[in-house]
Amino acid sequence: MAIKLEEIKSLIKESIIDAEISIQDLAGDDNHFAATIKSKEFKGISKIEQHKLVYKALKGRMGNELHALQLNTIEK
Amino acid sequence: MNEITQKIEKIISEHDVCLFMKGTPEVPQCGFSLAVSNMLKHLDVNFKGINVLDDNEVREGIKSFSEWPTIPQLYVKGEFIGGCDIVKEMFEKGELQNKLKEKEISYKTN
Repeated sequence: MAIKLEEIKSLIKESIIDAEISIQDLAGDDNHFAATIKSKEFKGISKIEQHKLVYKALKGRMGNELHALQLNTIEK
Repeated sequence: MNEITQKIEKIISEHDVCLFMKGTPEVPQCGFSLAVSNMLKHLDVNFKGINVLDDNEVREGIKSFSEWPTIPQLYVKGEFIGGCDIVKEMFEKGELQNKLKEKEISYKTN
């Protein structure tokens, strides 16, 4: 069970159109990532809601194929 | 409301600070659970660790309960605070401490 970095990026982009994403594969195992995501969509909502938007964009992969994605969400 | 949701609500209502985690506060089984557990220990917060690896129903149920796909999950007086990244950021900014104060949970100020 693994997911490619580019796949994560494109899934996020599909849902959060203006997202500026920088993402790193932390362990080189397609399983532990850290992402910083900037978007206007994060404006005025809580951190929990911001992270939920990203999880929603990942369409159920989070917690399954994708074990660990450290998230840092920033308002643009 | 289904049985598992009731079970989760009961756990959350019985303990002011609950951490749904992989492993126990003594022996965490995942780095993210370890990190949150250590932050709470550092603040000397009295918390209940719930090992989701012991109960697959709770493990899956807690994810739909909060609409949050990952473990650990921290709850303070019934409010979902966040997972590892959010709790860590709040801890570093002093927001976690403020939240505990607001909820009247005792913790150690250094």
